[in-house]
Amino acid sequence: MIAMLLFQWRLPQASNFAPMVDRLFDFILWFSIISFLIIVVGMVFFLFKYWRKKIPEDKSAYITGHTKTEMSVAFFLLVVVMVIFYWGWIDYKAMKTAPEDALEINVIARQWLWQFQYADGKMLTNELVVPKDKPVSLIMTSQDVLHSFYVPDFRIKQDVLPKMYTNVWFVANKTGPYQVFCAEYCGTSHSQMLAKVKVLEPDDFEQWQMTGELPEGMETKVAPAEASAAVSGAAASTQGEPLAEKGKTLFSNKGCTACHSVTGAAGVGPTLKGLFGHPVELVDGQKVNVDENYIRQSITEPQSNMVKGFQPIMPTFKGQLSEEEINALISFIKSLK
Amino acid sequence: MSGHTEVGNYLTHPKGFWSWVTTIDHKRIGIMYMATTMTFFFIGGIFALLVRLELLTPGLTVMSADTYNKFFTYHGAIMVFMFIIPIIPAALGNFFLPIMIGAKDVAFPRLNLASYYIFISGAALAVWALMAHGADTGWTFYTPYSIRTNTSVVLVALGVFVMGFSSILTGLNFITTVHKLRCPGMTFYRMPLFVWAVYATAIIQVLATPVIGITTLLLVMERVLKIGIFDPALGGDAVLFQHFFWFYSHPAVYIMILPGMGIISEVIPVFARKHIFGYKAIAYSSLAIAGISFIVWGHHMFVSGQSPLANLLFSVLTMFVAIPTAIKVFNWTATLYKGSISLKTPMLYAVSFLFMFTIGGLTGLFLAALSVDVHLHDTYFVVAHFHYVMMGGTVMGLLAGLHYWWPKMFGKMYNEWGGKISWALIFIGFNMTFFTQFFLGYLGMPRRYYDYPPQYAGLNMISTIGSWFLFAGFLLMLIYFIRSFFSKEKAADNPWGGKTLEWQIPSPPTEHNFHETPTVTGKPYDYGVVKL
Repeated sequence: MIAMLLFQWRLPQASNFAPMVDRLFDFILWFSIISFLIIVVGMVFFLFKYWRKKIPEDKSAYITGHTKTEMSVAFFLLVVVMVIFYWGWIDYKAMKTAPEDALEINVIARQWLWQFQYADGKMLTNELVVPKDKPVSLIMTSQDVLHSFYVPDFRIKQDVLPKMYTNVWFVANKTGPYQVFCAEYCGTSHSQMLAKVKVLEPDDFEQWQMTGELPEGMETKVAPAEASAAVSGAAASTQGEPLAEKGKTLFSNKGCTACHSVTGAAGVGPTLKGLFGHPVELVDGQKVNVDENYIRQSITEPQSNMVKGFQPIMPTFKGQLSEEEINALISFIKSLK
Repeated sequence: MSGHTEVGNYLTHPKGFWSWVTTIDHKRIGIMYMATTMTFFFIGGIFALLVRLELLTPGLTVMSADTYNKFFTYHGAIMVFMFIIPIIPAALGNFFLPIMIGAKDVAFPRLNLASYYIFISGAALAVWALMAHGADTGWTFYTPYSIRTNTSVVLVALGVFVMGFSSILTGLNFITTVHKLRCPGMTFYRMPLFVWAVYATAIIQVLATPVIGITTLLLVMERVLKIGIFDPALGGDAVLFQHFFWFYSHPAVYIMILPGMGIISEVIPVFARKHIFGYKAIAYSSLAIAGISFIVWGHHMFVSGQSPLANLLFSVLTMFVAIPTAIKVFNWTATLYKGSISLKTPMLYAVSFLFMFTIGGLTGLFLAALSVDVHLHDTYFVVAHFHYVMMGGTVMGLLAGLHYWWPKMFGKMYNEWGGKISWALIFIGFNMTFFTQFFLGYLGMPRRYYDYPPQYAGLNMISTIGSWFLFAGFLLMLIYFIRSFFSKEKAADNPWGGKTLEWQIPSPPTEHNFHETPTVTGKPYDYGVVKL
């Protein structure tokens, strides 16, 4: 009955991870059903067979245990749980390894909405538009408290933290709108912090990128003014200049050019050309890979992870840049290949 | 059975209100803990019913989102810190641990009373804070939300801090009692398994509780003095709080469940008239669970941004918990084999423990597997799993123990049919309420949601209706327990035919438990005559 219910209650499998997660889920489910039946059928059978009306009080058996049976049960279980562990780990590792060619989209979460910032300058609220069959990587941060980006139909979830980036990726393989939930409690309207992922055919996605028009059936619905969800999930979008361009403008406006070259030439500070994705050596001798979190920290707390051979003279930009602007700067630095 | 009338029992001797509030008798302190924590259970239960009522239909049903957020916080905080952590060790443990090892009291009776008043002070502080200003962080106080919300997190956290000391002192008292006050002949391997379980629990209480104390203090310092510890806006680390919090709160889950397991190990042999299957395996598995409990906290944080390597280690370590747990379940079931089984109310609760705790334990495997947890984390699947372990496990164990020891504690018997009907209501209600939540979670409904999309409406309605059955069951229980006090009939000293020491003394026991220090010559579960 449990299994029957589950098969009727299957969630759509709309990403590359969904069938993978479901396979292990099913394996644990069947193992659990069988183990449960062994225990409960055994228990009920004993209750009936050795009921006191049938077996008088003074006729019970004297058995104190059987170490061999216990050890075999323990050993068998150890093997099964290690299989479950290893299987879960292999699948999880795949979830943590985004391919190089993934389409990167910045996500900014705040009480209580989701913003999606595209490289071409589009900024969408509570609506994420992605192409089918292409890896998409989300680089996420929060403006206030913890949130968690959760798409049940994709089987993905990742907490979103303030002042740093976390990452999640997927390949959506069925078109359609899918529900996004915030899964980490974040205050009053936590349950209204909703968004939709709209998965488009690659052609439709290109069309959308050029014109901003969504295909039939996927149009942004203006949220009806219902009592339960007055503002939740209301989507909006704006088109700005491309992210890297915006970053370039900021880069000169904020005076970064005075010390950091973009050509590879040495300056007061390290050059930013070819920096992203490569290791640098810090003053304490530690080698770190330059990623979004490293650049972010270098902007907001420049003294905390200084590159070896440079003076600690860079001023902090903490509180002077919005999340969108930091994303734009990172996008620009990434483009300096 | 008779002839003990020359010495008054502990309930009536000495008399008077003052003699109760200044008592250093472990039995009276146990009863006081029981009255207090059961009151909190009732209050926490009312909030649970209100939370479920709001979830009966999508959108606004009876209360606003802010009220809902406060109510689930009250439910969690009251149930965890004021009910399920203290109830079995501090109430039943206090009453029965000394008697079961043939002692007249715990090692430090005055400290025992102090623990009670510390607990009351902490609880009063936390309850006052909740009533005066509220709190809406959930029982987990996750930062940075808990740093920023304008509710009284500071006072609630201080209440938890104070209650922690009560837990530490009780643990210290029990460890010393078990080591120093066992009567002649009571070797470690002759101790009832309830004593083993409470002993293992006491070790966790002493070692883990200081960490929650430090954590709540750091939280208070950050809120009051604005020192950046956990709030990234102040230069802190939000995930660090989760590490600190779960370093205590995961072992705390075993503080909650181990004593319940101990009760099951007492009840099943008595009602099956069988020696417990694998005494040493059960005793050692309690210690093993206590040990492993300290190194698995990170499994609460698989999607928090914790490094994949840490996730790998916490996933594999968590899997090990399955082994000692499964050995216990297997051994309890095996104890029924070739017994002579009586399904009186305590035994009904013990077998429903086996039924529901097995579900609770097995669903833990889903959450320990990394990739599957990514999907299920922070959904109703976790809520269901947790309640199957805590309510289907600990509370079923507690109810088994309460019905089993009721005649011993009060010298009165409750109505058996009342017990059976109440059990049926609770069993049906519990499974209706929480089994549906496994489906809700698999289908993606996040926890702590005030509102939900329409596809979750049907299951939520079933779950809420189930909670009313649960309530009816507990209400009936309250009625027959209260009625039993007024029953004229005196309960027998040993109504179930138990072999442990508490059944060899009058019901209710005298002030000093034993007329003469007993000498133990055999094992606690020597039932059964038919040799194989």
